[in-house]
Amino acid sequence: MEIKITGCHGFCERGPLLVINPQKLFYQKVQVDDVPEILSETIEKGTVIDRLLYVNPVTGEKIVHEDDVPFYRLQERIIFGKNGSIDPTSIEDHISTGGYRALVKALFHMSPEEIIESVKKSGLRGRGGGGFPTGLKWESCREAPGEPKYLICNADEGDPGAYMDRSLLEGNPHSVLEGMIIGAYAIGSNQGYVYVRKEYPLAVQNLRIALQQAGEYGLLGENILGSGFDFSVKINRGGGAFVCGESTALMASLEGQPGEPRAKHIHTVISGLYEKPTNLNNVETWANVPVIIDKGDQWYAQIGTEGSKGTKIFSLVGKVNNTGLVEVPMGITLREIVYDIGGGIPGGKKFKAVQTGGPSGGCIPESLLDLPVDFDRLTEVGSMMGSGGMIVMDENTCMVDVAKYFINFLRDESCGKCTSCREGTQRMYEVLNDITEGKGKRGDVELLEELGWVVAEASLCALGGTAPNPVLSTIQYFRDEYEAHIDEKRCPAGVCKALIQYTIEPEVCTACGRCRKACPSGAVSGAKKVPHTIAQEKCTKCGMCFEVCKFDAVKVQ
Amino acid sequence: MIEFTVDGVTLEAEEGTNVLPVALENGFEIPHLCSHDEVSPYGACRLCLVEVGRGGRRRMTASCTYPVQEGIQVFTDTEKVQRARRMIMELLLARCPDREILQELASQMGIEKPRFELRQEECILCGLCERVCREVVGANAITFFSRGHKREMGPPFRDPKACIACGACVYVCPVDCIKMEETEEERTIVRWERTLPMKKCKTCGQSFAPWFQLEYIKEKVKLPKDFFDVCPDCRG
Repeated sequence: MEIKITGCHGFCERGPLLVINPQKLFYQKVQVDDVPEILSETIEKGTVIDRLLYVNPVTGEKIVHEDDVPFYRLQERIIFGKNGSIDPTSIEDHISTGGYRALVKALFHMSPEEIIESVKKSGLRGRGGGGFPTGLKWESCREAPGEPKYLICNADEGDPGAYMDRSLLEGNPHSVLEGMIIGAYAIGSNQGYVYVRKEYPLAVQNLRIALQQAGEYGLLGENILGSGFDFSVKINRGGGAFVCGESTALMASLEGQPGEPRAKHIHTVISGLYEKPTNLNNVETWANVPVIIDKGDQWYAQIGTEGSKGTKIFSLVGKVNNTGLVEVPMGITLREIVYDIGGGIPGGKKFKAVQTGGPSGGCIPESLLDLPVDFDRLTEVGSMMGSGGMIVMDENTCMVDVAKYFINFLRDESCGKCTSCREGTQRMYEVLNDITEGKGKRGDVELLEELGWVVAEASLCALGGTAPNPVLSTIQYFRDEYEAHIDEKRCPAGVCKALIQYTIEPEVCTACGRCRKACPSGAVSGAKKVPHTIAQEKCTKCGMCFEVCKFDAVKVQ
Repeated sequence: MIEFTVDGVTLEAEEGTNVLPVALENGFEIPHLCSHDEVSPYGACRLCLVEVGRGGRRRMTASCTYPVQEGIQVFTDTEKVQRARRMIMELLLARCPDREILQELASQMGIEKPRFELRQEECILCGLCERVCREVVGANAITFFSRGHKREMGPPFRDPKACIACGACVYVCPVDCIKMEETEEERTIVRWERTLPMKKCKTCGQSFAPWFQLEYIKEKVKLPKDFFDVCPDCRG
């Protein structure tokens, strides 16, 4: 028997997970105390432990095998799949499951031009958010005059709630590295960098181990596998600025300059890091490369839609039953992701919106749930693919509050260089804050639209270019909520504190006194057998009374 | 030479130059605050926005950082450009309502009063002072710090010890928010809270520059130790 600690399997909601191979027996929510029983019952006697099995929330049936879990069944895990079966600190594990086979093929059976042609034919587009055709980028960098050429892996994943790149680096660092080596050979670069967040210590650690092992196996360094090709990789840790995920800000940061974007009128493939030709792709893009080379571009290009090929990993979070990382073919609908894979909304609540693409993505309403997910379709509806964040919101979410939350994040994370982005996001935040506090005025929505246009159009980089998305998309699809806040001073979702009131219905109240005891500000008064009341001037709207009432006597309006 | 058009007029410029200086030299009026001939372009204030047409596509961009390219068509005054510039001006004026130059520019654009709550900042964060200090003077005494709406300009760690009080930043500031005060005895750059004693001429007795600035110049240009004992006037 062999026990392996693997990387993330993706099904966060039910972790810690344990899979027993070769049967693929699937245990979930496993605790340390369960281990002796698993050994004595399942391993020795072959008995399945009922309480550790996953229960399908829709049908109530217990599921024994990993492949039968609906969360996995609809996924197509060509990039992320190995995470669940290999030890990320073992290069042997990677090699024994086909790892570095693509590198050998690339180095000894393909010319750099053939590799680029193959990546072009595969239709792979950048997974970091831009969606630029990867093969085209490589070609421009290869053809750019100047030496040396640099290659960068962008692992500065900064979107709140997004962690696919982290999971890849933690769970399968060699796949990323293999992609980088193949890319370097194709482009003609001998020096690579991985710019990774300081907040990802395990990713840094596992990557470091991978680099050392690859060096020892002759897969990195001078004369790789005797091919005559040299390539080495350095790790640089980012300091925590969201904007450093923008390619030119990242390069400035790598050079030791403040992480500020610069104008890209001359592309970074011509003049990037240290003003040399530089090819930057993100973690997931690099991890796609070995799969394309190994299985062939034709095989790869049959997955996905016309303009977006392959799969995409999303981090599915928020008000959804099965939170976790999901890898799906491009073109799958949002409804399939949220309901079939995600298991729908918890507590029988109604779906309201899904935000895709990270903080500067847009909120997509229920009417567009059948939208096929790919780069172009998401942009068409005012959102974007981004790096693959997907936040599900239910009926208890206030869309004005959501817009305020994201614009607050972005006004903090804007580098502050462009007036339009720095002042514009700040003023958008102020207007939104006024609206949620009941101080909204007629014309505020139009002012937000006007500001949003300028922030997007006049700012230098993609942060400013997309920052207004959460505001503009919520205005587009949920304008009535803005109007309720402004005209009626009412928050329909019952979220904005200044616009809600807690009251107790005297007919329902049993005068049990729970809310009176729970209220931290002494706003609830009443006595035995006397229905309780809330003094509005003392109420801080913390919601404690609402939470503790057993009789649903406390109402929010 | 590269040939391109600005508002339909054909212009020529050397490769490597940017659109704004060429357009200004040729008499086109484009408002700008963070650009100066002596330092590298930065693209922070965004007032110099223009539309650039290239290969059938048209997009808005800051002209100070946009390199001239063969055949591009630059439009300095389209409805779109005006709309964006006006909002940027409104944002700047709301940030710094007391700056005269901003009041003037805003009124030229027809902005009476910003629609946002007024703040009493003085600096528009254009970064000209930092660039002149770093690129021209070489003192590196000030820098941007923090980011987003908390961004500030000032001496690193709020310690102005590298400032030589030369006053280049005072001269270059487009909104006149860096003040210099001078007496016989000392010179102060008010914004950076830097005060340095003045050097007095051995011949005429007049003070002529902060001693630290003179030390800095001597060091940089490798001048003799006693070079600045006498002021430039007395040296003849």
